[in-house]
Parts: sequence; structure tokens; C-alpha cells
Amino acid sequence: MENRQKTKDSIKDGMRIALPIVVGYFPVAMAFGLLSKNTLMSFRDTSLLSIMVYAGASQFMAIDLLAAGVNMGSIVLATVLLNLRHTIMSASLAVHLQGISRKLLPIIAFGTTDETFSIISFNKDKVNAAFILTLNTLAYGSWVLGTMIGYIIGEILPISLQSSLGIGLYAMFAALLSPEMGKSKNVLYLSIISAAIYMGLFYSNRFGSGWDIILGILISSIIGVVFFNRGERN
Amino acid sequence: MNNYLPLILGMMLATYLPRLIPLMVLSNREMNKNIEEFLYYIPYTSLSILIIRGIMTADAGIRLATIAGIGIAGMLSYRKGNLILSVLAGIALSFIIINISA
Repeated sequence: MENRQKTKDSIKDGMRIALPIVVGYFPVAMAFGLLSKNTLMSFRDTSLLSIMVYAGASQFMAIDLLAAGVNMGSIVLATVLLNLRHTIMSASLAVHLQGISRKLLPIIAFGTTDETFSIISFNKDKVNAAFILTLNTLAYGSWVLGTMIGYIIGEILPISLQSSLGIGLYAMFAALLSPEMGKSKNVLYLSIISAAIYMGLFYSNRFGSGWDIILGILISSIIGVVFFNRGERN
Repeated sequence: MNNYLPLILGMMLATYLPRLIPLMVLSNREMNKNIEEFLYYIPYTSLSILIIRGIMTADAGIRLATIAGIGIAGMLSYRKGNLILSVLAGIALSFIIINISA
């Protein structure tokens, strides 16, 4: 009985905390659906991209490259690079998922995005299978449904609303990070260092998109290990 | 119409495997302390990089709105600790700025 109550609470937590992602994904997915239609992709293929690939940035990039006449092999390779960061995010998540049944991991892994990863990482106290599956399912549903609706009636959403709802996802990243910066000087310094390192990589123009992100994350996290002591943890 | 199924399948593998393999390999495993600390920092460094990247790659027309939306959400969350309220404020402010500057 107590267990059932706990599961119920976790599902409620997951629904509540998924809201910013659901609100942010939907219009971005609509924009994707509309763009895909304008690139002359069929409704079936557009939907399948969101259903099977489920990676916002890669999907936009694929449409872009297809329109530019780039071959499919190169697009897949570019997708690998762009998604390398999920390798490291997934590794970081593994630490918090120790207690979860291994059978569920392939399902949980499919739902790992920048946004769900962030929410899970910053709500470690709430993490259990019910919480994660609720969060992931709602985020995924919003992305897939948004894509289909965008394909059919994407024109009705004003661009300014689309843009500001998309900005909401970045607002969520900031809202997750800023309280942690207040709690820990190490996090504050490390966040500034990460941003500076990424700017350096970005403006050096030596690394394509994908490499610059993963290098930035690796370098700044290693700096954290080398220069900060872990006394401040938790 | 072109057949895009090979592309979709290829992209699916390119997306799913990086998400799956580390999770399967690293869960239920004792980790070296340094590696564990390294993984502990990943959420902070990646979020910070995603935020700065979002600002740097935003279209010029919505860059100011992006910075303002991120700023107000960060500030409100820092003060009040309410995630959803902070995000909604960020969306509202950027919506206003985009409409004023358009």
C-alpha cells in the first residue's frame, strides 16, 4: 500500500516537473513539422523522424542538409557528432540510476535528451523508475504530437510565440542552474569556466558543431576534478 | 518522393546507441572516485555550455529576447526557487521583447 502511494506521488512529481519541457517541446516540434513539410518530406517520414530518432537538433540539421543536397551517410555521421554529448550525459545519469531495474534502462535511455537529463540530474532526491518514465513519456509525447500537428497546421502559430516558447527551454536550463550556483562556489566558478571554454572553442572555428560541445564539457569537467576539492559535494 | 527510411534508421542508431551504451555499462558498477567526481560535474558544465551556446547561436533578431528570457528565469529561480514560474516568466518576457522589437 505504501509502495503504491509512493509510485503515485512519483508520477505526480514527474507530471508537474515535465511541464516546462512539454510547453517548450511542443512549439519547437511544430516548427520542425512545418519546416519538414516545406522541404517536401512526407507526413509519414516527418513523423517517423520524431518517433524513432527523437533528437531535436539533429532533426533540424537533417532537414537542412537534405535541402542542401547532402547525402544520407554524411547526415548520419553529423548526427553521431551532434549526439556525442549524450554519451557523457548518459554516463553521468548512470550514477543516479543504480537502484533502477536493468530491464528498464533501454527504455529510459531512449528518453534521454538535454532537457530530461537536466531535470533528472537536478532532482536526484526524486529519482525512481516511475518519476523518470513519467517525465520521459510526457516529453516524448509532446515532441511527437507537436511534430504531427505542426506538419498539418503549423502555419497558425505566430513566429513570435514559437520563438519565445523555444526560448523557454533555455530559460529552464538557467532556472535549474542558478540556484546551484548560489549554493556552491565550485558550481559558480565551474559554470563560468565552462561558458568561457565553450566560447573559446566556438570562436576558434576549428571544431564543428558537436565536437565543440563535447570538448567543452570534457575539458571543463576535468578542470573541475583537478582544481576543485570534493569536500563541498552534496 | 525519395525513400528516407535508411536515413531515419541510421539517425535512430546514431542517437540511441550513445544514450544506451554508457547507461548499460556504468550502472551497477563501482566507480573510481575521480571518474565519479568527473561525472558529478557533467550536469553543471553541460547546462552552462548549452545556455551560452543558445545565446551565441540565436538568430540576431531574437538574441536580446533570449538573453532576457534566460536572465529573468535564472534570477527568479535563484530568488524563489520555483522552476515553472521562472520558465513562464522567461517565456513571457522574451515574447514581449520579440513583439516590441519586431
